Amino acid sequence: MASPTTIKKKIAPSSGTSALALEKVPTGIRGLDQVTHGGFPRGRTALVCGGPGAGKTLLGLEFLVRGALLYNEPGVCIALEETSEELITNMASLGYDLPALVRAKRLAIDYVHIERKQIEETGEYDLEGLFIRLRAAIEQVKAKRVLLDTIELLFLGLKDEGIVRAELRRLFHWLKDAGVTAVVTAEIGDRSLTRYGLEEYVADCVIMLDHRVNEQISTRRLRVVKYRGSSHGTNEYPFLIDDQGLSVVPITSLGLTHSASSERISSGVPDLDLMLGQQGFFRGSSILATGTAGTGKSIFAAAFASAACARGERVLYFAYEESPSQILRNMRSVGINLEKWIKRGLLKIHATRPTAVGLEAHLATMYQDIQDFEPGVVVVDPVTNLITAGDLVAVKAMLTRLIDFLKMKHITAMFTNLVFSLDIQETVVGISSLMDTWLVLRDNPHGESERVRTLNVLKSRGMPHDTRTRTFALSDKGIKIHGNQ
Amino acid sequence: MAISKRITEPKSASRRPEQNKTQRIRPFKAPVWELRLYVAGMTPTSIRAFENLKKLCEEHLHGAYRIQVVDLLESPTLARGDQIIAVPTLVRRLPTPVKKIIGDLSNTERVLVGLDLRPTGDWR
Repeated sequence: MASPTTIKKKIAPSSGTSALALEKVPTGIRGLDQVTHGGFPRGRTALVCGGPGAGKTLLGLEFLVRGALLYNEPGVCIALEETSEELITNMASLGYDLPALVRAKRLAIDYVHIERKQIEETGEYDLEGLFIRLRAAIEQVKAKRVLLDTIELLFLGLKDEGIVRAELRRLFHWLKDAGVTAVVTAEIGDRSLTRYGLEEYVADCVIMLDHRVNEQISTRRLRVVKYRGSSHGTNEYPFLIDDQGLSVVPITSLGLTHSASSERISSGVPDLDLMLGQQGFFRGSSILATGTAGTGKSIFAAAFASAACARGERVLYFAYEESPSQILRNMRSVGINLEKWIKRGLLKIHATRPTAVGLEAHLATMYQDIQDFEPGVVVVDPVTNLITAGDLVAVKAMLTRLIDFLKMKHITAMFTNLVFSLDIQETVVGISSLMDTWLVLRDNPHGESERVRTLNVLKSRGMPHDTRTRTFALSDKGIKIHGNQ
Repeated sequence: MAISKRITEPKSASRRPEQNKTQRIRPFKAPVWELRLYVAGMTPTSIRAFENLKKLCEEHLHGAYRIQVVDLLESPTLARGDQIIAVPTLVRRLPTPVKKIIGDLSNTERVLVGLDLRPTGDWR
């Protein structure tokens, strides 16, 4: 009876216990469909829970709006928390014109207001009134998607919890029968996922949103707590709310499955290439350059970037310390002309203050920039400054995800790292283990009044490399490493 | 439908223009109570609510009232105007402020309190 495909699905480990693959509805929200492996379960109800300001309503509304705009699936919003006007204003700030969608019959919004003070309860009742309103709205736009935001306000508005619970159970059954894909938002509870235990009724797909503020920097995270009958990403994924709405960054530790390239690319410093088995770095590897202040880390990074541009590769330069014009001026003084690469569109400098946004937001921005620009080389200068945007564990986790992502895309990345003591072993984030090549730059006193810069290739995986400590000099001709034959 | 037909009182000449299909509203002597009962079909609960309401009005409002019954199955769009989610819901539209009483109105005391026909405190 079963076709070969169903058998295949049955035994495929990723599809869980269900014999038939669950049909999914793409949310259209950037990144969320990747995390949920395709979207929300079709014809069922997904629960989105989180604290106040976590972005629940926005996620729900984007699900409706993107459904109406991208997938020809009109939507109904039953709003118990915010009035239609408030919702319209909030979405307008993200560039969505809700009134136009309402006029075009792609969206219906019904604001349900329950004023407990006005209401006396006596005897039996049910919530058929709400059902009727929902049904009318669905029929009005022929809706395929429904948002109930925040349905648990019924518990605050009505005294008889028993009736509300029984009616909610009926509501979720009814939604299933109606064949609409629904999103229900709920406030997070102390001991359970939601304050009123809505997860009891909606058990198919549960998404949790989290908004933390650590040292005045906020990070938002999304997690798929449960997805019955479907595989899904289980990590906490950072997400952003920007002027284009919500976007989830589906970067996770991808594991060590990326293929390693044996292609070599120049470091941009011929003398350094000689030290690296005479051929330079591996393509797709990650390079760390550590050093105390003023040892020339950025110059190595710029030389590497410039060489990549000269090969015709695109380079994305994340600057967390200096402005683009400052970088250009400084690099000119050592004979590295980055301006021409910018003019040719090969180099893009993305300069931000690390403390401007949270670590996850940085990661999300980097991820999107990399997706858009498709560089062959990425420079992060310095990665140290990101530490001010998060704690050490978080920084390491973020870097792991970033490096995995870069490796998967065969992007060669150079990270510079400022160290404060000469004891290079305690590399601030403990990130050296993530790196394939580690360049250690030092600034040593030489005699009474001189200082001399030294370079040491501490490690470089997969190649014979020079282990000696070399001195080097900076001039308007660039970097000159001494002692090469 | 059947509920609507059962409303026969009070009688008067004029008629409010915006109320059309469910019930004729005829003002009586002032002050007139304007009550609206929202139901969803002829369920035992809605019939009970209507009977309880009628009895209560007879006893306490002495004919100075109008009851309009709205069956949301017939006019679903009317639910939005009075923000109805539960049925039966009794809405006191006049005198203001608007009051709502949810349920089959089986507890007369509670209904009277809800309609401001009984003081809520126990100062009596």
